Amino acid sequence: MTAVAERPYGRAGGGPRRGLLSGSGLTLLLPALVPVLLFSVGPLVYGILLAFTDARSGRNTVTSFVGLENFAELLSDGDFWESFRIGMVWGVSVTVLQFLASLGLALLLNQDLRLRGVARVLAVVPWAMPPVVVGLMWRLVYHPDAGLLNGLFGSNVDWLHDFSLALPAVIVVGVWTGMPQTTVVLLAGLQNVPRELYEAVSVDGAGTWRRFWNVTLPQLRPVIVAITSLDFVWNINQFSLVYVLTQGGPGGRTRLPMLFAYEEAFRYGFFGYAATLGVAITIVVLAVLGLYLWRQAREGA
Amino acid sequence: MTRALKYLALLGYVAFLSFPLLWLLSTALKTPQEMAALDPTWIPRRPTLANFADAFAEQDLVGAGLRSLVVAVATALITVALALPAAYALARFRGVAGKIAIGWVLVSQVFPVVLIIIPLFMVLRRLELVNTLAGLTVVHVTFVMPFALWMLRGYVRAVPRELEEAASVDGAGRLRALAAVVAPLLAPGVVATLLFSFISSWNEFMFALVILKDPEVETLPLTLVRFVGPEGVARLGPLAAASLLATVPSLVFFAIIQRRLRSGLMAGAVKG
Repeated sequence: MTAVAERPYGRAGGGPRRGLLSGSGLTLLLPALVPVLLFSVGPLVYGILLAFTDARSGRNTVTSFVGLENFAELLSDGDFWESFRIGMVWGVSVTVLQFLASLGLALLLNQDLRLRGVARVLAVVPWAMPPVVVGLMWRLVYHPDAGLLNGLFGSNVDWLHDFSLALPAVIVVGVWTGMPQTTVVLLAGLQNVPRELYEAVSVDGAGTWRRFWNVTLPQLRPVIVAITSLDFVWNINQFSLVYVLTQGGPGGRTRLPMLFAYEEAFRYGFFGYAATLGVAITIVVLAVLGLYLWRQAREGA
Repeated sequence: MTRALKYLALLGYVAFLSFPLLWLLSTALKTPQEMAALDPTWIPRRPTLANFADAFAEQDLVGAGLRSLVVAVATALITVALALPAAYALARFRGVAGKIAIGWVLVSQVFPVVLIIIPLFMVLRRLELVNTLAGLTVVHVTFVMPFALWMLRGYVRAVPRELEEAASVDGAGRLRALAAVVAPLLAPGVVATLLFSFISSWNEFMFALVILKDPEVETLPLTLVRFVGPEGVARLGPLAAASLLATVPSLVFFAIIQRRLRSGLMAGAVKG
Protein backbone atom coordinates (compact mmCIF):
# COMPACT_ATOMS: atom_id res chain seq x y z
CA MET A 1 0.00 0.00 0.00
CA THR A 2 2.59 2.52 1.03
CA ALA A 3 4.93 1.61 -1.79
CA VAL A 4 2.17 2.14 -4.28
CA ALA A 5 1.41 5.63 -3.07
CA GLU A 6 4.85 6.76 -4.07
CA ARG A 7 4.56 5.52 -7.63
CA PRO A 8 3.94 8.12 -10.35
CA TYR A 9 0.81 6.33 -11.50
CA GLY A 10 -0.18 5.44 -7.97
CA ARG A 11 -3.25 6.35 -6.07
CA ALA A 12 -5.04 9.57 -6.80
CA GLY A 13 -5.69 12.20 -4.22
CA GLY A 14 -2.00 12.83 -3.71
CA GLY A 15 -2.57 16.44 -4.55
CA PRO A 16 -5.51 18.69 -5.20
CA ARG A 17 -7.39 18.46 -8.52
CA ARG A 18 -6.58 14.79 -8.80
CA GLY A 19 -9.53 13.82 -6.68
CA LEU A 20 -11.60 12.26 -9.43
CA LEU A 21 -8.97 9.72 -10.36
CA SER A 22 -5.44 10.09 -11.60
CA GLY A 23 -5.15 10.62 -15.34
CA SER A 24 -4.31 7.13 -16.49
CA GLY A 25 -6.88 5.63 -14.16
CA LEU A 26 -9.66 7.64 -15.71
CA THR A 27 -8.48 6.71 -19.20
CA LEU A 28 -8.77 3.08 -18.24
CA LEU A 29 -12.24 3.55 -16.79
CA LEU A 30 -13.63 5.53 -19.67
CA PRO A 31 -14.24 2.72 -22.19
CA ALA A 32 -16.46 0.94 -19.69
CA LEU A 33 -18.14 4.10 -18.45
CA VAL A 34 -19.18 5.50 -21.80
CA PRO A 35 -21.67 2.75 -22.75
CA VAL A 36 -22.93 2.59 -19.18
CA LEU A 37 -23.47 6.36 -19.13
CA LEU A 38 -25.07 6.39 -22.57
CA PHE A 39 -27.30 3.35 -22.26
CA SER A 40 -27.88 2.98 -18.55
CA VAL A 41 -27.38 6.10 -16.44
CA GLY A 42 -28.66 8.38 -19.20
CA PRO A 43 -31.84 6.40 -19.83
CA LEU A 44 -32.41 6.10 -16.09
CA VAL A 45 -32.41 9.88 -15.68
CA TYR A 46 -34.50 10.22 -18.85
CA GLY A 47 -36.87 7.59 -17.45
CA ILE A 48 -37.37 9.51 -14.24
CA LEU A 49 -38.10 12.66 -16.27
CA LEU A 50 -40.57 10.73 -18.43
CA ALA A 51 -42.60 10.00 -15.31
CA PHE A 52 -43.61 13.65 -15.32
CA THR A 53 -44.69 13.71 -18.96
CA ASP A 54 -47.50 12.34 -21.06
CA ALA A 55 -45.08 10.62 -23.45
CA ARG A 56 -46.69 8.10 -25.81
CA SER A 57 -45.17 5.57 -28.13
CA GLY A 58 -46.48 7.21 -31.33
CA ARG A 59 -43.95 9.34 -33.14
CA ASN A 60 -46.30 12.19 -33.94
CA THR A 61 -47.64 13.03 -30.53
CA VAL A 62 -46.12 16.01 -28.79
CA THR A 63 -44.83 15.27 -25.33
CA SER A 64 -45.45 17.78 -22.61
CA PHE A 65 -44.78 18.00 -18.91
CA VAL A 66 -47.78 17.18 -16.81
CA GLY A 67 -46.23 17.51 -13.36
CA LEU A 68 -47.56 15.01 -10.88
CA GLU A 69 -50.61 14.09 -12.94
CA ASN A 70 -49.32 10.58 -13.63
CA PHE A 71 -48.69 9.99 -9.96
CA ALA A 72 -52.19 11.14 -9.09
CA GLU A 73 -53.61 8.82 -11.72
CA LEU A 74 -51.48 5.96 -10.46
CA LEU A 75 -52.75 6.39 -6.91
CA SER A 76 -56.35 6.16 -8.08
CA ASP A 77 -55.70 3.27 -10.47
CA GLY A 78 -57.24 0.11 -9.03
CA ASP A 79 -55.31 -2.09 -11.46
CA PHE A 80 -52.07 -0.58 -10.23
CA TRP A 81 -52.90 -1.22 -6.58
CA GLU A 82 -53.87 -4.78 -7.36
CA SER A 83 -50.61 -5.29 -9.25
CA PHE A 84 -48.71 -3.62 -6.43
CA ARG A 85 -50.30 -5.92 -3.85
CA ILE A 86 -49.49 -8.98 -5.97
CA GLY A 87 -45.94 -7.74 -6.40
CA MET A 88 -45.45 -7.39 -2.65
CA VAL A 89 -46.99 -10.81 -1.91
CA TRP A 90 -44.75 -12.30 -4.60
CA GLY A 91 -41.61 -10.41 -3.54
CA VAL A 92 -41.93 -11.15 0.16
CA SER A 93 -43.06 -14.77 -0.11
CA VAL A 94 -40.50 -15.78 -2.72
CA THR A 95 -37.72 -14.09 -0.74
CA VAL A 96 -38.74 -15.65 2.57
CA LEU A 97 -39.42 -19.14 1.20
CA GLN A 98 -36.28 -19.01 -0.88
CA PHE A 99 -34.30 -18.07 2.19
CA LEU A 100 -35.77 -20.77 4.43
CA ALA A 101 -35.44 -23.49 1.80
CA SER A 102 -31.90 -22.42 0.93
CA LEU A 103 -30.83 -22.24 4.55
CA GLY A 104 -32.14 -25.77 5.11
CA LEU A 105 -30.41 -27.03 2.02
CA ALA A 106 -27.16 -25.23 2.84
CA LEU A 107 -27.15 -26.71 6.35
CA LEU A 108 -27.63 -30.18 4.89
CA LEU A 109 -25.02 -29.69 2.18
CA ASN A 110 -22.58 -28.53 4.82
CA GLN A 111 -22.76 -31.94 6.48
CA ASP A 112 -21.29 -35.25 5.67
CA LEU A 113 -24.22 -36.88 3.89
CA ARG A 114 -24.18 -39.29 0.99
CA LEU A 115 -26.51 -37.47 -1.41
CA ARG A 116 -24.58 -34.29 -0.94
CA GLY A 117 -22.71 -34.40 -4.24
CA VAL A 118 -25.89 -34.95 -6.26
CA ALA A 119 -27.74 -32.22 -4.41
CA ARG A 120 -24.86 -29.80 -4.90
CA VAL A 121 -24.81 -30.25 -8.65
CA LEU A 122 -28.59 -30.16 -8.89
CA ALA A 123 -28.81 -27.07 -6.74
CA VAL A 124 -26.87 -25.16 -9.37
CA VAL A 125 -28.75 -26.31 -12.46
CA PRO A 126 -31.73 -23.92 -12.24
CA TRP A 127 -29.25 -21.10 -12.26
CA ALA A 128 -27.74 -22.12 -15.58
CA MET A 129 -31.08 -22.52 -17.34
CA PRO A 130 -32.48 -19.67 -19.40
CA PRO A 131 -35.43 -18.15 -17.48
CA VAL A 132 -37.62 -18.75 -20.52
CA VAL A 133 -36.81 -22.45 -20.40
CA VAL A 134 -37.56 -22.55 -16.68
CA GLY A 135 -40.94 -20.99 -17.41
CA LEU A 136 -41.71 -23.40 -20.24
CA MET A 137 -40.55 -26.37 -18.18
CA TRP A 138 -42.88 -25.49 -15.33
CA ARG A 139 -45.72 -25.06 -17.77
CA LEU A 140 -45.16 -28.73 -18.52
CA VAL A 141 -45.19 -29.55 -14.82
CA TYR A 142 -48.42 -27.59 -14.26
CA HIS A 143 -50.12 -28.69 -17.47
CA PRO A 144 -53.73 -29.71 -16.75
CA ASP A 145 -53.65 -32.86 -18.92
CA ALA A 146 -50.07 -33.96 -19.51
CA GLY A 147 -48.59 -32.32 -16.42
CA LEU A 148 -46.42 -33.90 -13.77
CA LEU A 149 -48.29 -32.45 -10.81
CA ASN A 150 -51.71 -33.76 -11.76
CA GLY A 151 -50.06 -37.05 -12.63
CA LEU A 152 -48.51 -37.33 -9.19
CA PHE A 153 -51.63 -36.38 -7.30
CA GLY A 154 -54.18 -37.85 -9.68
CA SER A 155 -55.84 -34.44 -9.70
CA ASN A 156 -57.30 -32.48 -12.56
CA VAL A 157 -56.35 -28.89 -11.82
CA ASP A 158 -55.35 -26.19 -14.28
CA TRP A 159 -52.85 -24.67 -11.88
CA LEU A 160 -51.80 -21.66 -13.91
CA HIS A 161 -55.33 -20.71 -14.91
CA ASP A 162 -56.97 -21.09 -11.52
CA PHE A 163 -57.67 -17.70 -9.95
CA SER A 164 -56.53 -18.67 -6.47
CA LEU A 165 -53.80 -21.17 -7.36
CA ALA A 166 -51.95 -19.26 -10.08
CA LEU A 167 -50.00 -16.94 -7.77
CA PRO A 168 -48.88 -19.69 -5.36
CA ALA A 169 -47.94 -21.85 -8.37
CA VAL A 170 -45.82 -19.04 -9.81
CA ILE A 171 -44.24 -18.39 -6.39
CA VAL A 172 -43.06 -22.01 -6.26
CA VAL A 173 -41.28 -21.51 -9.58
CA GLY A 174 -39.72 -18.31 -8.27
CA VAL A 175 -38.35 -20.20 -5.27
CA TRP A 176 -37.08 -23.02 -7.48
CA THR A 177 -35.15 -20.63 -9.73
CA GLY A 178 -33.72 -18.47 -6.99
CA MET A 179 -32.65 -21.25 -4.62
CA PRO A 180 -29.24 -22.06 -6.13
CA GLN A 181 -27.80 -18.61 -5.72
CA THR A 182 -29.10 -18.16 -2.20
CA THR A 183 -27.94 -21.64 -1.21
CA VAL A 184 -24.44 -21.10 -2.58
CA VAL A 185 -24.09 -17.80 -0.75
CA LEU A 186 -25.37 -19.25 2.53
CA LEU A 187 -23.16 -22.30 2.16
CA ALA A 188 -20.13 -20.06 1.75
CA GLY A 189 -21.23 -18.17 4.85
CA LEU A 190 -21.55 -21.41 6.80
CA GLN A 191 -18.08 -22.49 5.81
CA ASN A 192 -16.66 -19.24 7.09
CA VAL A 193 -17.98 -19.74 10.62
CA PRO A 194 -14.90 -20.37 12.78
CA ARG A 195 -14.80 -23.93 14.09
CA GLU A 196 -13.55 -22.80 17.49
CA LEU A 197 -16.89 -21.15 18.18
CA TYR A 198 -18.68 -24.48 17.85
CA GLU A 199 -16.09 -26.15 20.00
CA ALA A 200 -16.48 -23.47 22.64
CA VAL A 201 -20.23 -23.95 23.01
CA SER A 202 -19.91 -27.71 22.76
CA VAL A 203 -17.79 -27.61 25.89
CA ASP A 204 -20.73 -25.90 27.57
CA GLY A 205 -22.84 -28.85 26.54
CA ALA A 206 -24.94 -27.04 23.92
CA GLY A 207 -27.07 -29.23 21.63
CA THR A 208 -27.64 -28.89 17.89
CA TRP A 209 -30.34 -26.27 18.25
CA ARG A 210 -28.44 -24.17 20.76
CA ARG A 211 -25.41 -24.26 18.49
CA PHE A 212 -27.57 -23.17 15.57
CA TRP A 213 -29.23 -20.30 17.46
CA ASN A 214 -26.21 -19.11 19.39
CA VAL A 215 -23.42 -19.57 16.86
CA THR A 216 -24.56 -20.25 13.31
CA LEU A 217 -27.32 -17.65 12.98
CA PRO A 218 -25.45 -14.73 14.57
CA GLN A 219 -22.34 -15.54 12.52
CA LEU A 220 -24.37 -15.78 9.31
CA ARG A 221 -26.22 -12.56 9.96
CA PRO A 222 -24.32 -10.25 7.58
CA VAL A 223 -24.62 -12.81 4.80
CA ILE A 224 -28.32 -13.30 5.49
CA VAL A 225 -29.01 -9.58 5.45
CA ALA A 226 -27.11 -9.13 2.17
CA ILE A 227 -28.65 -12.04 0.31
CA THR A 228 -32.25 -11.49 1.43
CA SER A 229 -32.09 -7.80 0.45
CA LEU A 230 -30.69 -8.64 -2.96
CA ASP A 231 -33.20 -11.46 -3.45
CA PHE A 232 -36.07 -9.12 -2.60
CA VAL A 233 -34.91 -6.56 -5.15
CA TRP A 234 -34.36 -9.20 -7.82
CA ASN A 235 -37.74 -10.76 -7.14
CA ILE A 236 -39.59 -7.45 -7.33
CA ASN A 237 -37.88 -6.81 -10.67
CA GLN A 238 -38.77 -10.23 -12.03
CA PHE A 239 -40.36 -10.27 -15.44
CA SER A 240 -39.33 -13.06 -17.81
CA LEU A 241 -40.30 -16.00 -15.67
CA VAL A 242 -43.83 -14.86 -14.96
CA TYR A 243 -44.32 -13.53 -18.46
CA VAL A 244 -43.58 -16.97 -19.86
CA LEU A 245 -45.65 -18.78 -17.24
CA THR A 246 -48.87 -16.77 -17.24
CA GLN A 247 -48.36 -13.43 -19.00
CA GLY A 248 -49.86 -12.00 -15.83
CA GLY A 249 -53.06 -14.02 -16.02
CA PRO A 250 -55.54 -15.37 -15.14
CA GLY A 251 -57.44 -12.12 -14.91
CA GLY A 252 -54.33 -10.27 -13.75
CA ARG A 253 -53.84 -12.55 -10.73
CA THR A 254 -50.11 -12.85 -11.40
CA ARG A 255 -49.59 -9.44 -13.00
CA LEU A 256 -46.45 -8.33 -11.19
CA PRO A 257 -45.64 -4.61 -11.33
CA MET A 258 -43.03 -5.19 -14.04
CA LEU A 259 -45.59 -6.94 -16.23
CA PHE A 260 -48.07 -4.16 -15.59
CA ALA A 261 -45.48 -1.58 -16.61
CA TYR A 262 -44.50 -3.58 -19.67
CA GLU A 263 -48.12 -3.73 -20.81
CA GLU A 264 -48.70 -0.04 -20.23
CA ALA A 265 -45.56 0.87 -22.16
CA PHE A 266 -45.32 -1.60 -24.98
CA ARG A 267 -48.85 -2.84 -25.47
CA TYR A 268 -50.77 0.39 -24.92
CA GLY A 269 -47.95 2.84 -25.57
CA PHE A 270 -48.23 4.91 -22.38
CA PHE A 271 -44.51 5.54 -21.91
CA GLY A 272 -44.95 8.34 -19.37
CA TYR A 273 -47.40 6.42 -17.22
CA ALA A 274 -45.25 3.27 -17.24
CA ALA A 275 -42.22 5.31 -16.22
CA THR A 276 -44.23 6.73 -13.32
CA LEU A 277 -44.93 3.19 -12.25
CA GLY A 278 -41.23 2.41 -12.39
CA VAL A 279 -40.42 5.41 -10.21
CA ALA A 280 -43.14 4.49 -7.72
CA ILE A 281 -41.93 0.90 -7.44
CA THR A 282 -38.35 2.06 -6.98
CA ILE A 283 -39.39 4.37 -4.15
CA VAL A 284 -41.29 1.59 -2.40
CA VAL A 285 -38.48 -0.94 -2.86
CA LEU A 286 -35.91 1.50 -1.53
CA ALA A 287 -38.16 2.29 1.42
CA VAL A 288 -38.74 -1.37 2.27
CA LEU A 289 -35.04 -2.14 1.89
CA GLY A 290 -34.00 0.89 3.87
CA LEU A 291 -36.32 -0.03 6.74
CA TYR A 292 -35.12 -3.64 6.71
CA LEU A 293 -31.43 -2.73 6.63
CA TRP A 294 -31.91 -0.06 9.27
CA ARG A 295 -33.65 -2.49 11.63
CA GLN A 296 -31.01 -5.14 10.99
CA ALA A 297 -28.24 -2.67 11.68
CA ARG A 298 -29.89 -1.58 14.93
CA GLU A 299 -30.47 -5.12 16.13
CA GLY A 300 -26.99 -6.10 15.13
CA ALA A 301 -25.40 -3.24 17.02
CA MET B 1 -31.99 -34.14 14.11
CA THR B 2 -31.51 -37.79 13.43
CA ARG B 3 -29.61 -38.99 10.42
CA ALA B 4 -32.69 -40.51 8.86
CA LEU B 5 -34.57 -37.21 9.02
CA LYS B 6 -31.65 -35.44 7.41
CA TYR B 7 -31.63 -37.87 4.53
CA LEU B 8 -35.37 -37.50 4.14
CA ALA B 9 -34.99 -33.72 3.95
CA LEU B 10 -32.15 -33.98 1.46
CA LEU B 11 -34.18 -36.43 -0.62
CA GLY B 12 -37.03 -33.94 -0.62
CA TYR B 13 -34.76 -31.21 -1.96
CA VAL B 14 -33.30 -33.48 -4.59
CA ALA B 15 -36.83 -34.37 -5.72
CA PHE B 16 -37.95 -30.72 -5.78
CA LEU B 17 -34.89 -29.70 -7.78
CA SER B 18 -34.81 -32.61 -10.20
CA PHE B 19 -38.44 -33.53 -10.90
CA PRO B 20 -39.16 -30.60 -13.24
CA LEU B 21 -35.96 -31.37 -15.14
CA LEU B 22 -36.76 -35.06 -15.43
CA TRP B 23 -40.27 -34.21 -16.57
CA LEU B 24 -38.88 -31.93 -19.26
CA LEU B 25 -36.66 -34.74 -20.49
CA SER B 26 -39.47 -37.27 -20.28
CA THR B 27 -41.89 -35.03 -22.19
CA ALA B 28 -39.32 -34.41 -24.91
CA LEU B 29 -39.07 -38.14 -25.59
CA LYS B 30 -42.77 -39.00 -25.54
CA THR B 31 -45.11 -39.67 -28.43
CA PRO B 32 -48.24 -37.50 -28.61
CA GLN B 33 -50.35 -40.56 -27.78
CA GLU B 34 -48.46 -41.24 -24.60
CA MET B 35 -48.65 -37.60 -23.59
CA ALA B 36 -52.42 -37.62 -24.03
CA ALA B 37 -52.74 -40.71 -21.85
CA LEU B 38 -54.59 -40.12 -18.60
CA ASP B 39 -51.94 -41.88 -16.56
CA PRO B 40 -48.67 -39.96 -16.99
CA THR B 41 -45.46 -41.97 -17.13
CA TRP B 42 -41.94 -41.00 -16.06
CA ILE B 43 -40.14 -43.20 -18.53
CA PRO B 44 -41.57 -43.07 -22.04
CA ARG B 45 -42.76 -46.50 -23.16
CA ARG B 46 -41.71 -45.89 -26.72
CA PRO B 47 -39.11 -43.11 -26.58
CA THR B 48 -38.87 -41.06 -29.75
CA LEU B 49 -36.67 -38.31 -31.10
CA ALA B 50 -39.45 -37.12 -33.39
CA ASN B 51 -40.10 -34.15 -31.12
CA PHE B 52 -36.65 -32.80 -31.83
CA ALA B 53 -37.19 -33.06 -35.58
CA ASP B 54 -40.63 -31.45 -35.18
CA ALA B 55 -39.15 -28.61 -33.13
CA PHE B 56 -36.78 -27.74 -35.96
CA ALA B 57 -39.57 -28.05 -38.50
CA GLU B 58 -42.00 -25.85 -36.57
CA GLN B 59 -39.74 -22.93 -35.71
CA ASP B 60 -36.56 -21.48 -37.12
CA LEU B 61 -34.43 -22.81 -34.27
CA VAL B 62 -31.22 -22.84 -36.30
CA GLY B 63 -31.58 -19.22 -37.34
CA ALA B 64 -32.59 -18.11 -33.87
CA GLY B 65 -29.75 -20.06 -32.32
CA LEU B 66 -27.25 -18.47 -34.68
CA ARG B 67 -28.56 -15.00 -33.95
CA SER B 68 -28.37 -15.67 -30.21
CA LEU B 69 -24.84 -16.93 -30.71
CA VAL B 70 -23.80 -13.79 -32.60
CA VAL B 71 -25.27 -11.48 -29.98
CA ALA B 72 -23.86 -13.47 -27.06
CA VAL B 73 -20.35 -13.74 -28.51
CA ALA B 74 -20.30 -10.05 -29.42
CA THR B 75 -21.62 -9.13 -25.97
CA ALA B 76 -18.98 -11.22 -24.22
CA LEU B 77 -16.07 -9.92 -26.26
CA ILE B 78 -17.09 -6.26 -26.15
CA THR B 79 -17.97 -6.35 -22.47
CA VAL B 80 -14.67 -7.87 -21.40
CA ALA B 81 -12.62 -5.67 -23.73
CA LEU B 82 -14.20 -2.57 -22.19
CA ALA B 83 -14.36 -3.83 -18.63
CA LEU B 84 -10.85 -5.20 -18.26
CA PRO B 85 -8.98 -1.87 -18.23
CA ALA B 86 -11.68 -0.38 -16.03
CA ALA B 87 -11.52 -3.28 -13.62
CA TYR B 88 -7.78 -2.87 -13.46
CA ALA B 89 -8.16 0.82 -12.65
CA LEU B 90 -10.78 0.08 -9.99
CA ALA B 91 -8.62 -2.55 -8.35
CA ARG B 92 -5.39 -0.59 -8.36
CA PHE B 93 -6.32 3.09 -8.04
CA ARG B 94 -8.29 4.85 -5.41
CA GLY B 95 -10.41 7.82 -6.29
CA VAL B 96 -13.90 9.20 -6.39
CA ALA B 97 -14.56 7.85 -9.89
CA GLY B 98 -13.80 4.37 -8.66
CA LYS B 99 -16.19 4.72 -5.77
CA ILE B 100 -18.89 6.03 -8.07
CA ALA B 101 -18.36 3.15 -10.47
CA ILE B 102 -18.64 0.58 -7.69
CA GLY B 103 -21.64 2.40 -6.32
CA TRP B 104 -23.28 2.19 -9.71
CA VAL B 105 -22.66 -1.55 -9.83
CA LEU B 106 -24.76 -1.87 -6.70
CA VAL B 107 -27.38 0.74 -7.60
CA SER B 108 -27.91 -0.84 -11.01
CA GLN B 109 -29.24 -3.89 -9.19
CA VAL B 110 -31.97 -1.93 -7.45
CA PHE B 111 -33.63 0.05 -10.22
CA PRO B 112 -36.43 -1.72 -12.05
CA VAL B 113 -35.53 -2.41 -15.63
CA VAL B 114 -38.72 -0.79 -16.94
CA LEU B 115 -37.47 2.55 -15.77
CA ILE B 116 -34.54 2.16 -18.13
CA ILE B 117 -36.07 0.10 -20.88
CA ILE B 118 -38.61 2.71 -22.00
CA PRO B 119 -36.16 5.58 -22.55
CA LEU B 120 -33.64 3.08 -23.90
CA PHE B 121 -36.19 1.95 -26.44
CA MET B 122 -36.80 5.59 -27.44
CA VAL B 123 -33.06 6.20 -27.80
CA LEU B 124 -32.55 3.04 -29.83
CA ARG B 125 -35.49 3.97 -32.02
CA ARG B 126 -33.92 7.33 -32.75
CA LEU B 127 -30.61 5.62 -33.55
CA GLU B 128 -32.56 3.19 -35.75
CA LEU B 129 -31.25 0.28 -33.73
CA VAL B 130 -34.65 -1.13 -32.80
CA ASN B 131 -35.21 -4.49 -34.43
CA THR B 132 -31.50 -5.02 -34.96
CA LEU B 133 -29.07 -7.43 -33.35
CA ALA B 134 -26.62 -4.54 -32.98
CA GLY B 135 -29.17 -2.72 -30.83
CA LEU B 136 -29.68 -5.76 -28.63
CA THR B 137 -25.92 -6.26 -28.30
CA VAL B 138 -25.45 -2.66 -27.16
CA VAL B 139 -28.09 -3.17 -24.49
CA HIS B 140 -26.67 -6.49 -23.35
CA VAL B 141 -23.18 -5.02 -23.07
CA THR B 142 -24.52 -2.22 -20.92
CA PHE B 143 -26.35 -4.53 -18.58
CA VAL B 144 -23.71 -7.19 -18.26
CA MET B 145 -21.03 -4.55 -17.67
CA PRO B 146 -21.56 -3.86 -13.95
CA PHE B 147 -21.25 -7.47 -12.93
CA ALA B 148 -18.40 -8.19 -15.33
CA LEU B 149 -16.59 -5.21 -13.86
CA TRP B 150 -17.22 -6.54 -10.38
CA MET B 151 -15.94 -10.00 -11.23
CA LEU B 152 -12.83 -8.77 -13.03
CA ARG B 153 -11.99 -6.34 -10.26
CA GLY B 154 -11.90 -9.27 -7.89
CA TYR B 155 -9.58 -11.22 -10.15
CA VAL B 156 -7.21 -8.26 -10.56
CA ARG B 157 -7.12 -7.80 -6.81
CA ALA B 158 -6.12 -11.41 -6.39
CA VAL B 159 -2.93 -10.72 -8.36
CA PRO B 160 -0.27 -9.55 -5.88
CA ARG B 161 0.92 -6.00 -6.51
CA GLU B 162 4.47 -7.10 -5.77
CA LEU B 163 4.53 -9.02 -9.04
CA GLU B 164 3.82 -5.87 -11.02
CA GLU B 165 6.30 -3.90 -9.01
CA ALA B 166 8.98 -6.50 -9.48
CA ALA B 167 8.45 -6.32 -13.21
CA SER B 168 8.68 -2.50 -13.20
CA VAL B 169 11.87 -2.54 -11.19
CA ASP B 170 13.48 -4.80 -13.74
CA GLY B 171 13.12 -1.99 -16.21
CA ALA B 172 10.09 -3.26 -18.03
CA GLY B 173 7.57 -0.64 -19.06
CA ARG B 174 4.28 -0.60 -17.30
CA LEU B 175 2.36 -2.17 -20.15
CA ARG B 176 5.07 -4.78 -20.71
CA ALA B 177 4.86 -5.64 -17.05
CA LEU B 178 1.11 -5.99 -17.31
CA ALA B 179 1.23 -8.11 -20.41
CA ALA B 180 3.99 -10.43 -19.24
CA VAL B 181 3.18 -10.85 -15.59
CA VAL B 182 -0.39 -9.94 -14.84
CA ALA B 183 -2.18 -11.08 -18.00
CA PRO B 184 -1.37 -14.80 -17.68
CA LEU B 185 -2.54 -14.79 -14.08
CA LEU B 186 -5.72 -13.01 -15.09
CA ALA B 187 -6.51 -15.36 -17.96
CA PRO B 188 -8.74 -17.76 -15.99
CA GLY B 189 -10.72 -14.84 -14.59
CA VAL B 190 -11.10 -13.31 -18.02
CA VAL B 191 -12.38 -16.62 -19.38
CA ALA B 192 -14.85 -16.90 -16.53
CA THR B 193 -16.10 -13.37 -17.17
CA LEU B 194 -16.39 -14.02 -20.89
CA LEU B 195 -18.51 -17.09 -20.22
CA PHE B 196 -20.63 -15.30 -17.66
CA SER B 197 -21.31 -12.50 -20.15
CA PHE B 198 -22.06 -15.02 -22.88
CA ILE B 199 -24.61 -16.88 -20.79
CA SER B 200 -26.26 -13.71 -19.52
CA SER B 201 -26.81 -12.61 -23.09
CA TRP B 202 -27.79 -16.07 -24.34
CA ASN B 203 -30.46 -16.36 -21.65
CA GLU B 204 -31.77 -12.80 -21.78
CA PHE B 205 -35.44 -12.37 -22.68
CA MET B 206 -36.97 -9.05 -21.67
CA PHE B 207 -34.79 -6.68 -23.68
CA ALA B 208 -35.01 -8.97 -26.67
CA LEU B 209 -38.80 -8.95 -26.36
CA VAL B 210 -38.91 -5.17 -26.41
CA ILE B 211 -36.20 -4.50 -28.99
CA LEU B 212 -36.72 -7.28 -31.54
CA LYS B 213 -40.10 -7.13 -33.21
CA ASP B 214 -39.73 -9.22 -36.37
CA PRO B 215 -39.45 -13.01 -36.45
CA GLU B 216 -36.47 -12.63 -38.82
CA VAL B 217 -34.33 -11.07 -36.10
CA GLU B 218 -35.58 -12.99 -33.06
CA THR B 219 -33.14 -14.56 -30.66
CA LEU B 220 -33.63 -18.04 -29.24
CA PRO B 221 -35.60 -17.20 -26.07
CA LEU B 222 -38.18 -15.35 -28.18
CA THR B 223 -38.47 -18.25 -30.59
CA LEU B 224 -38.91 -20.68 -27.71
CA VAL B 225 -41.90 -18.73 -26.45
CA ARG B 226 -43.46 -19.17 -29.92
CA PHE B 227 -43.92 -22.84 -29.08
CA VAL B 228 -46.62 -21.67 -26.74
CA GLY B 229 -49.26 -20.63 -29.23
CA PRO B 230 -51.25 -17.39 -29.00
CA GLU B 231 -53.96 -19.13 -26.98
CA GLY B 232 -51.45 -20.87 -24.76
CA VAL B 233 -52.12 -24.10 -26.62
CA ALA B 234 -48.73 -25.66 -26.92
CA ARG B 235 -47.39 -28.66 -28.73
CA LEU B 236 -45.70 -30.02 -25.67
CA GLY B 237 -43.26 -32.47 -27.24
CA PRO B 238 -41.50 -30.02 -29.56
CA LEU B 239 -41.64 -27.36 -26.84
CA ALA B 240 -39.79 -29.66 -24.43
CA ALA B 241 -37.31 -30.73 -27.09
CA ALA B 242 -36.47 -27.15 -28.07
CA SER B 243 -36.19 -26.10 -24.43
CA LEU B 244 -33.68 -28.85 -23.76
CA LEU B 245 -31.59 -27.86 -26.75
CA ALA B 246 -31.57 -24.21 -25.71
CA THR B 247 -30.23 -25.16 -22.29
CA VAL B 248 -27.31 -27.22 -23.55
CA PRO B 249 -24.85 -24.36 -24.15
CA SER B 250 -25.59 -22.83 -20.75
CA LEU B 251 -25.08 -26.14 -19.01
CA VAL B 252 -21.82 -26.85 -20.82
CA PHE B 253 -20.41 -23.43 -20.04
CA PHE B 254 -21.70 -23.65 -16.54
CA ALA B 255 -19.97 -26.93 -15.96
CA ILE B 256 -16.71 -25.29 -17.02
CA ILE B 257 -16.91 -22.16 -14.93
CA GLN B 258 -19.16 -23.26 -12.10
CA ARG B 259 -16.62 -22.84 -9.33
CA ARG B 260 -15.27 -19.54 -10.59
CA LEU B 261 -18.70 -18.06 -11.13
CA ARG B 262 -19.67 -19.11 -7.65
CA SER B 263 -16.81 -17.30 -6.00
CA GLY B 264 -17.44 -14.26 -8.19
CA LEU B 265 -21.11 -14.14 -7.34
CA MET B 266 -20.37 -14.72 -3.73
CA ALA B 267 -17.95 -11.84 -3.57
CA GLY B 268 -20.54 -9.67 -5.27
CA ALA B 269 -23.40 -10.69 -3.04
CA VAL B 270 -21.71 -10.85 0.31
CA LYS B 271 -19.42 -7.88 0.12
CA GLY B 272 -22.10 -5.91 -1.68
